[in-house]
Amino acid sequence: MTAQKNRLGQGGRIDRTKPLRFTFDGKTYYGYQGDTLASALLANGVSLVGRSFKYHRPRGILSAGAEEPNALIQLGLGDRTEPNLRATQIELYDGLVAESQNRWPSLTTDFGAANSIFQKFIPSGFYYKTFMWPAKGWMFYEKFIRQAAGLGKGPTEQDPDRYDKLYASCDLLIIGAGPSGLAAALAAGRSGARVILVDEQQELGGSLLSERTAEVDGTSAADWVAGAVAELAAMPEVTLLSRTVAWAYYDHNSVSLMERVTDHLGPVAGAKQPRQRLWRVRAKEVILATGAIERPLVYSDNDRPGCMLASAARTYVNRYGSMPGQRAVIMTNNDGAYRAALDLSEAGVTVFAVVDLRSDPQGELVKAARAKGIEIITGHAITGVKGKLAVTGVDIMPLTADGKGVTSASRHIHCDLVLSSGGWQPTVHLHSQTRAKVVWSDDIQAFVPGNKLPGQNNRSIGGAHGVFGLADCLAEGHAAGSEGAARLGFGAQSGQAPSVSGEPAEGALLPVWIVPSDKPVGQGGKHFVDYQNDVTAADVMLAHREGYRSVEHLKRYTTMGMATDQGKTSNVNALAIMAGLRNVEIPSVGTTTFRPPYTPVTLGTFSGIDKGDFLDPIRKTAMHQWHEQHGAVFECVAQWHRPYYYPKLGETMHDAVNREVKAARTGVTIVDASTLGKIDIQGPDAAWFLNMVYTNAWTKLEPGRCRYGLMLGEDGMVFDDGVTSRISENHFHMTTTTGGAPRVMSWLEEWHQCEWPDKKVYFTSVTEQWSVMALNGPLSRKLLEELTTDIPLDDATFPFMSFKDGHLAGVPVRIFRISFTGELSFEVNCKPSHALHVWRALMQAGEKYDITPYGTEAMHVLRAEKGFIIVGQETDGTITPYDLGMDWIMAKSKTDFLGRRSLTREDTKRPDRKHLVGLLTDNPNEVLLEGGQIVAHVKDRPPMEMIGHVTSSYYSPNCNRSIALALVKNGRNRMGETVYLPYEGKVIPAKITEPKFFDSEGKRING
Amino acid sequence: MFLITCPYCGARDEHEFGYGHEAHIARPTPAEYEQMSDAEWAQYLFMRKNTKGVHFERWVHTKGCRRWFNVARHTVTHEILAVYEMGKPAPQIDTEKK
Repeated sequence: MTAQKNRLGQGGRIDRTKPLRFTFDGKTYYGYQGDTLASALLANGVSLVGRSFKYHRPRGILSAGAEEPNALIQLGLGDRTEPNLRATQIELYDGLVAESQNRWPSLTTDFGAANSIFQKFIPSGFYYKTFMWPAKGWMFYEKFIRQAAGLGKGPTEQDPDRYDKLYASCDLLIIGAGPSGLAAALAAGRSGARVILVDEQQELGGSLLSERTAEVDGTSAADWVAGAVAELAAMPEVTLLSRTVAWAYYDHNSVSLMERVTDHLGPVAGAKQPRQRLWRVRAKEVILATGAIERPLVYSDNDRPGCMLASAARTYVNRYGSMPGQRAVIMTNNDGAYRAALDLSEAGVTVFAVVDLRSDPQGELVKAARAKGIEIITGHAITGVKGKLAVTGVDIMPLTADGKGVTSASRHIHCDLVLSSGGWQPTVHLHSQTRAKVVWSDDIQAFVPGNKLPGQNNRSIGGAHGVFGLADCLAEGHAAGSEGAARLGFGAQSGQAPSVSGEPAEGALLPVWIVPSDKPVGQGGKHFVDYQNDVTAADVMLAHREGYRSVEHLKRYTTMGMATDQGKTSNVNALAIMAGLRNVEIPSVGTTTFRPPYTPVTLGTFSGIDKGDFLDPIRKTAMHQWHEQHGAVFECVAQWHRPYYYPKLGETMHDAVNREVKAARTGVTIVDASTLGKIDIQGPDAAWFLNMVYTNAWTKLEPGRCRYGLMLGEDGMVFDDGVTSRISENHFHMTTTTGGAPRVMSWLEEWHQCEWPDKKVYFTSVTEQWSVMALNGPLSRKLLEELTTDIPLDDATFPFMSFKDGHLAGVPVRIFRISFTGELSFEVNCKPSHALHVWRALMQAGEKYDITPYGTEAMHVLRAEKGFIIVGQETDGTITPYDLGMDWIMAKSKTDFLGRRSLTREDTKRPDRKHLVGLLTDNPNEVLLEGGQIVAHVKDRPPMEMIGHVTSSYYSPNCNRSIALALVKNGRNRMGETVYLPYEGKVIPAKITEPKFFDSEGKRING
Repeated sequence: MFLITCPYCGARDEHEFGYGHEAHIARPTPAEYEQMSDAEWAQYLFMRKNTKGVHFERWVHTKGCRRWFNVARHTVTHEILAVYEMGKPAPQIDTEKK
């Protein structure tokens, strides 16, 4: 086993019996089960892990959690590779492959670092300033900027993993399983409430997992966590979710979680479990126990690899048994960092000194460190960090009396680790996502949650609430859990709050937002505020000088707080520096509003299983199998898969469609029309209702007869059409377009329920209760006669626009004599379970007539030959019945129907609106492009006045030429005029005609 | 994602519902609309309130009972202050307090 040079001999929560092999930038290392990639790299003495975004500065690991701005990793290979993952949150597994980002050719020799030399020339706002002029230049610059932008590389292949989605609800959702969250969960769980406790880490316990000496209820923090988790796990109403980040807090206590189900196992081919799972949780109450994030101090060259947050170093040593360095110097403005000094020293790291910005710290932890023999240098500052690819030492100088400068007496300390602590910022992200405000607390010099919003029932506790003492966190957690459960009606079985004894009292924090150096800020070393975006204190000053002084301007001008970490370690420092420059209180600079996600979320979880064939339901008719067996090519119409055409061997689409279209006018053809929307309408007011929703009159329609109807919106525009039949006095059967069926159903319901609730009428969707096959062609009657004994088919007893019930091929059917082709036509309706039988019987009996099945394309050609419209093709929501030339369907005697008033509007009754016309090209073989724009006068180049467009266009084998329908301005008054269609370098002339091309007298309808 | 209490089915997730539009807009009778100018008709047809505060609107439980009902919702806080059946008058809501 290869040695891990910075691994402690003992301690930590790693399993030393389970070594794991991994590679970083191609080099092999070993870590242990329980490591993160970050802790394993540090244990191997790897402190340089990436290059910064703009200057390509060498960067190390700053933190031990979600806030990490530097250690962004390209994880995995091929179709599973994922960019910009935080090394601090990647759990180590055997065979893990990690690469650093934003460097070429290698991490130690990076040509992009030349940016660092020219840094004076790329200040904040560089792109705005430079590439604004000349305007055309952007087209040229963009290529280079895009190439330089971004850190990692997205996969180019399809994601092979499976993702899942889940909805859940609970009484209390507790986010964060540190001391406060665990105490809250125990109290609520014991009372019987349904609790979901989530934590983004692999283990529950939060900061308690990084404790060395703290004791809870008389036992070590680690043992207390184990006991608490075991107790919670045994509660039937409690769900524990580790490796689960609560990334969004939406309205009405709706919280989105992302559970990393198998990420920690690495790529697992054919895993039964999904890779990740999206949870949508609705909670009666949410407890935000998300803790706090330590702020780094802003000092000169504070980004060198080996510069780290004090608490992070403590976590690496205590939790992972991994030393981030061997010789440390710590700078702080508060007592908390002394915990790191004590724990690191205990673990065997040499802590040379604690440099305290305060002149006289007296807290108990300070005394303990002094007692341990750690040098404490008060009233001093680190003024510079030496080393480029790794820290080699620091310069220390005494602060002036006002703390804003340093005096010249410099001291140098050799070290490989520089820790800093600038205080703690509560993790208020989810609170802020509820759209509630945050408020400034002078006590802790940080933003804390303000009042919650009505309807967003939540409470922040512990670190997230600005409460940092362990005893206080446990007490607040316990109170929140028991009070929350009590509010929701659960009993008082919450037990005692966990107790802590001997917690050291801490002294006050001294706000220092820029640690002074011997040179003015902006000269000499760089004071980084936002590591991920390479924003320095000097950049904030520049923004101030140039007038970008509000938080929103500052953010956009410097890019501070953007990208994957969203400024978790930088926002407050930047605001405070700006406040100092403006000489105002910090909150008056403004606060940033946090939006989802808290940490990046994979797109896979959003799609879940809803992709490919599962993206949308697929609807198939009862005859689908037959169509497939007979070579149909399918077309998607709404969710339906409909036969498009049925090519015979060697036929092109054009050949097949021509054959099908011709057969419909010479022999007998059959089409599956089951997808038409069908609505069963019953009740004494059914006819009254139809009078309201259709433009024509329905009262006098006799039972057994059918009528075509046009439905308008209240704006007078055509909305749907179809044939409706009167089954009996109070019973109608409505058909709608295939795509419009749900919309029409909703439309009827809405008017009935909201406007005319006193009318007795009921609507039932029966689209899938009836299968429909339409026979078209002069021989269709002859064919039907062979298969029925009880349905008379002659014109006198079964006229056009009527229906008959009876039997066909031995099963009950309802046959409508309606036609969408203008031919003699019968639409056979039957139960879907009989449909395939009836279809086959018709095909078999029709063989001698050469019965031809046809698809949607032939159906379109046939109706276009007759000038029948398709709603949504000839209409687009701006077309009235008059525009279509359908004056005949407008009842003159009715006093009311939907859309009636709008048809008398000045604009809708204009005589020169766009009208539906036919177009015949001069060249009969030229088929116009649907959607093609029409002009009256051709110019050399656009713009030309466009007077309309082609709505339908086909080759008609029955007319032996191309035909087209079009909407043309004032078209009906332009009959015979020639118009032009300029298209791709040529101009096609066409003549305006009536929108009917075949059998214009309508003689064929009776065969 | 709102939590909406359907008056017929109870509290359900927003994704089960469809939004209609502003509530309490009565359709003019033919006698009325024949007297209306185009501008007045357009007012009924197209113009809707864009309230900052309590808004009365109608929703339909599309993926449930398919029934329409009215909702009083605060457009800033998204708090749902009342849910009531079609045909019922808008409840009095202290908009000052909100």
